[in-house]
Parts: sequence; structure tokens; C-alpha cells
Amino acid sequence: MNRNLIIGLILSAIAILAALMSFIWTPFDHVAMNIPAKLQTPNLTHWFGTDHFGRDIFSMIMVGARTSIAVAFVAVGIGMGLGIPLGLWAAARKGSYIDELIMRANDLIFAFPSLVIAILITAIFGAGAVNAIIAIGIFNIPVFARVVRGAAMPIWEREFILAARVAGKNAARISVEHILPNVLNLLIVQATIQFSLGILAEAALSYVGLGAQPPTPSWGRMLADAQTLVSIAPHLALIPGFAIIITVMGLNLMGDGLRDYLNPRTRVART
Amino acid sequence: MKHFVSRLALASALSVAGFAAHAANTDITVAMQLEPPHLDPTSAAAGAIDSVLYSNVFEGLTRFMGDGSVVAGLAKSWDISDDGLVYTFILHDNVLFHDGSTMDAEDVQFSLNRARADDSTNAQKALFAGITDVSALDAATVVVTLDAPNGNFLFNLAWGDAIIVAPESIDGIKQAPIGTGAFKFANWVQGDKIELTRNDAYWGTPAVLENVTFKFISDPTAAFASVMAEDVDAFVGFPAPENLPQFEADPRFQVLVGSTEGETILSTNNKMPPFDNVKVREALAHAIDRQAIVDGAMFGYGTPIGTHFAPHNPAYVDLTGSSAYDPELAKKLLAEAGFADGFETTLHLPPPSYARRGGEIIAAQLAQVGIKVQITNVEWAQWLETVFRGKDFGLTIVSHTEPMDIGIYANPEYYFQYDNPAFQELMTNLNATTDPEARTALMGDAQRMISSDFVNGYLFQLAQLSVAKAGVQGLWTNAPTQATDLTAVSWAD
Repeated sequence: MNRNLIIGLILSAIAILAALMSFIWTPFDHVAMNIPAKLQTPNLTHWFGTDHFGRDIFSMIMVGARTSIAVAFVAVGIGMGLGIPLGLWAAARKGSYIDELIMRANDLIFAFPSLVIAILITAIFGAGAVNAIIAIGIFNIPVFARVVRGAAMPIWEREFILAARVAGKNAARISVEHILPNVLNLLIVQATIQFSLGILAEAALSYVGLGAQPPTPSWGRMLADAQTLVSIAPHLALIPGFAIIITVMGLNLMGDGLRDYLNPRTRVART
Repeated sequence: MKHFVSRLALASALSVAGFAAHAANTDITVAMQLEPPHLDPTSAAAGAIDSVLYSNVFEGLTRFMGDGSVVAGLAKSWDISDDGLVYTFILHDNVLFHDGSTMDAEDVQFSLNRARADDSTNAQKALFAGITDVSALDAATVVVTLDAPNGNFLFNLAWGDAIIVAPESIDGIKQAPIGTGAFKFANWVQGDKIELTRNDAYWGTPAVLENVTFKFISDPTAAFASVMAEDVDAFVGFPAPENLPQFEADPRFQVLVGSTEGETILSTNNKMPPFDNVKVREALAHAIDRQAIVDGAMFGYGTPIGTHFAPHNPAYVDLTGSSAYDPELAKKLLAEAGFADGFETTLHLPPPSYARRGGEIIAAQLAQVGIKVQITNVEWAQWLETVFRGKDFGLTIVSHTEPMDIGIYANPEYYFQYDNPAFQELMTNLNATTDPEARTALMGDAQRMISSDFVNGYLFQLAQLSVAKAGVQGLWTNAPTQATDLTAVSWAD
């Protein structure tokens, strides 16, 4: 285990535990408004203070973690669920029109920033967490397709693949039984990084009002709400900001650490 | 509904370019949130047009003063026939348009006929609906004939939609407005600013200021920064009430808190079940804690209202007591209406913070009595399309900023679809009544009727919040109409 991995695991665990914990316990009801108690700075009752409606920020951060993680998790799931089969297919039919079609379509999606895709989707279907998930998920498809295709192609040249062919296995079976296990390390690392990007994307979409709709707390919307209050109550912006930083940094460090840990060469070198 | 449309045409984000501080005391830079889509007050509902041009560039026969009173404008005096049908206006002499041509009875005739024509694009055609004839007796005398007495006629003529324009300059009015006011239009940098200069040939009391710049800053954070950095001398209609205490504490600035004609209401779709049931609407009214909304969404700026009428109007009746905050009563009413377990509905929220923040508070308050509200944040264009024209909504929050607009309740086609023949008859009577006391009584009846029918949730009267440098004097504190009248503004020494 290297240091990056440990720090990353700890930071990510904080976010994930906060999210899981929020299902059974939060210090206050995260939607309960108490307007006379608004804009309190952090204190013993409200550990992170209260927002402009007097809601408890600590509780909102916990439930917000749930929103962020759920959106990012499902979005990465969509990306992997569609991207990996497409990547495997393209690699198996390398150079064919199918390969071209899949990869050029991927290029097309990849050329749009996820925010633009999200604006497009929400313009058509309306704003909301589900549409944010779809938007971020679509953006993830080409990422996984490319990584899988790139990693799978050299494996197709290996002798054990030839052996599998001789044994009569078709391309689909070879892809699942032999190619996929050999690119799994790479996919785990990529998924971790995409997960952190998904959390950032969710925050960005919520910030511009296209993500989870009120009253569902979201870190991005907490930032947006804090915007005009930042000069009188800076903690309103700092706290969700730090929550995003800690989670994203944790996941990135974990991704880096996992890459080193799962790569046999660097693992040997370090130990 | 003026300000909705203006936001439509206003998509441009604005940069807060710093520019040199004014050395001379005859220049002013006034910022506002919305830029006009064009510069013709007589052919668009956009309030931003009036905010720049009303009284400054264009004038009507009568005009609003800052306290809401209606006084003589281009008309020096008038005479009303005993039956209330014929208005004879005597115009001021020597009134020149900014292009040097004379303003006379023919221009008035042209303007009023243009506004009331069948193909007129005037946003407030109803103001002119009763006119049957406009004729020019001589250069300084105009006779307007009505089909029925109209107690509001002089008030109607004071609106920005009734300003006097010249037939010669009408083609270019949207880009180069030519009026009779104390300021001339000079320049418009779209997406940034509009500049006016003093009209030295003005017929009335000349303006003190020589150069006026209107800057358009839509983002509340940028608005705060621009005032703090002293890039602008005044910000009229400051969008972030939460920042006002900071300006109040700062000796460089003065904060003007006044009233507007904006009744902020929880508009309810009266035709959509379950809101077609008056018990449900009554429950809604009792489920809402107005003071919490004023405190939470507007940081305390705003006056709770119990009906669709401005509290500063002498005819206002305080009916907040008949829909006092009482969640237990609300639950009981819901149970009586057959919704003991509550119901689900939608709440469309346009961009201003009164709606977005107020909506979150209302959703939380309605949840307490079992009404589950699905919030949808919409832009103005979408709001106009789905809510205002499409009538596809359960609830929405909006501020109705026209003066004296209780008449919208007499229109069953209006987006909240209140259809009560008794109210429609009441409005017909009101329009035909000229006696002030009888009018006050009728207006009271009208307020009570919509209040006891719980047509909409009546929240609060929107406050007019402005910030100016300490030395600026003469700005309107209240907003009896959408206007930024700078004709009497000056700098203290």
C-alpha cells in the first residue's frame, strides 16, 4: 500500500461514510427551516452553522454527499455499462467499419464537454438529478470505450488469445473471458477517476441549476446559494467547497494509488 | 407583468468594466439589472424600457410622480365634460421634440390613435380601449371622447405605454428614441449601457445632470461588486437584499427602501384540480407564513399583503388576518376538502430571488400540512411559455408589478383563471365610477372578494431597494411605475 492510496482511501471513506450515515442519522432534519436562526456561524449546536433559511449545514453536507455520490456512481455505471462493451467490440473488430463507427461516434460525444451535453439534455427533458445522471453518464461512455479498446488491442495479439481461437471460442466469448479480466485493473483506476469527475460535474450542474432540484441538498447548489452571501457569511461557500475538494482529492489520490498498486511493475519497484 | 418580457430579450451576460470615476458633479452612472430589448415604450411590455426612458426621454399628457400621484405632463390643463365622456386637453406651448420639431395636438392625436389601433402592438391596449375619438381642435387643444365614463383615464394616460411620440420619428424609435423629455438619447452599447445627455431646449424645469449612463448588470454578485467598487453611482432595484446591511453600515452609501406596485403572490391555477376547490385554496392560504417568507427570501424587506393591492394605496384594505398562518386549520380544511393525506402539485419558480428563495420556503411550509410540492426552476422565457401562456402549472410565484392591476382578476383567461361573474361586474362598475369615495368603496369590495375566494396566495408587496452614493439626491424611493426619473436628481454640492 502506498501513501497516496491510504490518504485517498481515508478521504473518500469520510465522504462515503457521511453519505451512508445520513440515511440513519443527521444532527437535524436537513430540510427543516428555522428562519430566525439563519446565517449562524459554526457553533456547538450547529457544527457547520446554518444557511440563509436556518437549515443545519452539517446535515445538508451529509445528505449532499449522498446526492453527489449517488449521481456519480450511477453515471459511472452507465459509462461502464455501455462504454466497456463498445470498447471490447471495437477492439475485436479492429479496423472494420464497426470499429470506425464506434470510435468516431465516441469522438463526437467526447468533443462535447459534459456541461454542454447536460444543458442539452436538461433543455429537452427538464432539470433534475436523473437528467444530470444521464448527462454525466453519456459523457463517460467514450472514456471507457477508448480505455478498453486501447488496452484490449495488444491483448488480441497474444498467444493465449490465439489458443482460445483455435479452441473454437468466438470473439464475444474471448472478449468476456480473456480480454476483460486483463483490462480490469485499468478499468478500476479509470472508474475511480471518472467517479471524482462525476462528483465535480454534479456540483457544476447543480451550481447552474440543472442538477438536483430543491429541497434535495446538493453541494453545487449550496455553493450557488452562498454566492451573494459570501461577504457576510463566508462559511456558506467554504464548507460545501471543502466538501467537494476533500471528496474529489480523495478519489483522485485513490485512483493514483490504485494504479500504482495494481500495476505489477510499480508494485514490485516499491516493495 | 412588465418585467417578464424584458428578461426574455435579455440573454447577454454583462461584464463589470471599471471606468473612470466622475470628476464633474453633473454626470451620473445608474445601474439596473435588466437591459431593454429595444427603446420603444409603446410597443413592448418590457419594464426595462420604461426604467430607462420614462420621464427622462419620453413624456405623456399626464405623468406619475415619485409618490404615486398623477400630475400634469405635456398637458397643461384639462377639462372634463359633465357626463365624464369628453376630455379637452390644453397642451404646453413651445414643446420641442429632440429633433427640433414641435410637439403639437397632431402628435398627441397620432400617438393615441396609434396605441389604440387594431394593429397596435401596445402592451397595454386596455388603457385606451374606451377611446372612441381623438381630435385636434387646434395646435394646442386635443379632445378625447370616451364611450363610457372612466375614473382611471388620467391615471391611464400617465403610463409609459401612453407617452407622446412623433409620426416622423416613429420608424427609428426602437434604436433612436426621440421624445420631449429633459434628456436626449445619445448612445446605446448593447449588452452594456445606454447614455443620455441633457436636453437644453427642454420646455419645463431643466435637469441638473448633464450626462446620464445606465449600466446593465444582471448578476447579483456583480451588482454588489460594482457598487462596492464605486463603478456605479447608484443601483436602482438592487437584486440582493442580503447585501443591503453592508451598504447601510458604510458611510459612502445610502440605501433607499421604498415600495413598488409589485404584489408578490403564490399564483394558483384556479381551474386545475384540486385548486378549483375553494377549501383547498383556503388551506393553502393558511399554510403560508408570510413573515417567514419576507424574512427568509427578502431579508425582511417587504410588507405582507392579504389581497392583490398595494399597501401604500389609500384604498388598501388590510386582509392579512383572514388568511393568517395556521397550519392546523389548513390541515382541517384539507381534510374537509377530501385531502386528509394531502396531495402533490408543481411549483414553477422564475429566476428572481423572491421566487427561488420564497419557493423553497413555501415548499417547506406546504410540506408541513401534507402538500408535496415539486419545485421546477424555470427561466423567464420558459415561464411565459408554460405558465403564463400554456397555463400548465399548479402553483407559481411571481410579482405583478403594474400599478392598480386588480382588474386582471376580471379576465377569466388570465393565467390563474379566476372566473367569477360577480367580480367581473364589480370591475365594470369600478371603471364606470368617477366619484372618488364610491371608487374607494368598490376597490375595497374587490379586494375583499378575491381575498375571501382565496384566488391566489397573497405573500408580500415587493420592496423597491436602491443603493446610491451618499451624495446623490432626488432619486425616487418608491416605484409607483417602472421608472428611474432622473430629471430632478443632483449631487449634493
